[in-house]
Amino acid sequence: MLAVGLAHYLTVGAVLFVLGILGIFLNRKNIIVILMSVELILLSVNLNLVAFSAQLGDLTGQIFAMLILTVAAAEAAIGLAILVIYFRNRGTIEVEDVSTLKG
Amino acid sequence: MIAAAAFYLFAAVLIASAVMVVTSRNPVHSVLFLILAFFNAAALFLLAGAEFLAMILVIVYVGAVAVLFLFVVMMLDVDFSALREGFQRYAPVGGAVGLVLFAELVFVFGSWSFADDVGGLRLNPTPEGVDNTRAIGRILYTDHVWLFQLSGLILLVAMIGAIVLTLRGRPASKRQDIGAQVARSGSVNLRQVRPGAGLGEIGIERPPVEAPKPVKQVEHHGHDHGGHH
Repeated sequence: MLAVGLAHYLTVGAVLFVLGILGIFLNRKNIIVILMSVELILLSVNLNLVAFSAQLGDLTGQIFAMLILTVAAAEAAIGLAILVIYFRNRGTIEVEDVSTLKG
Repeated sequence: MIAAAAFYLFAAVLIASAVMVVTSRNPVHSVLFLILAFFNAAALFLLAGAEFLAMILVIVYVGAVAVLFLFVVMMLDVDFSALREGFQRYAPVGGAVGLVLFAELVFVFGSWSFADDVGGLRLNPTPEGVDNTRAIGRILYTDHVWLFQLSGLILLVAMIGAIVLTLRGRPASKRQDIGAQVARSGSVNLRQVRPGAGLGEIGIERPPVEAPKPVKQVEHHGHDHGGHH
């Protein structure tokens, strides 16, 4: 059972999610901060899953949270790898020029 | 009571550091605040009773992902101030979208309730008297083993993908070419040497020296590969 009630956890998760979305909008050019914002969004989803898992006494939510954790780590590794080769080719990480990579 | 106070403290620090991640001028500070956010999220997990996930969060996120971010931020020589133009321009749009999204989430969370028979619908009820790690292990390796294998597969694909993406074969590097070594002929010969003969008697055999090529007139092109501003 939770110490403070489910609604508090959900509120924190919602605020964190909105902050992640806001980060994507604010840092349109800096793909590193965009990736960090995506990490924040995934963290908020994990927070919700864990909160529901604790409230209901059902461990499945924590299993799913582990899967999300794995996917987030893989996504960060691939995203940063793409970023590094993009920087190697272009000398900048401005996201708005990425469309020039189209054939 | 103490748990509630700890929850509010950790939640406040979590949200404040998330704000700093998003708005910080220097991406290195963003990464450091991201680490702080992960620690506080781990504390919230602990308060919810998910000890194993909290430790995994610290190990995986702080130990691997955040350090990876830190590596990349410090490795790339980028003018980050140039990347911040448009921050003011996008702020109203982002704020509007964020507000709408938050309002929607509040509506969803406000007008929703558990089913009456929610206790009976649980897939894996938390067992009594078993600690969290053991309980997760009991179902992770049995009921959800395919999920576990899927995680492993995702990590394998991500690892191979990251290596393939960033590996560059350097033509200048000197490495052993076993095929060429095995296939060569003519440059190796065997000789019968009297036992005990030293180098003073038989001499050092060197490969025949090729005639030096005529030196070409070297033109000067600018060696500018770009990217170094």
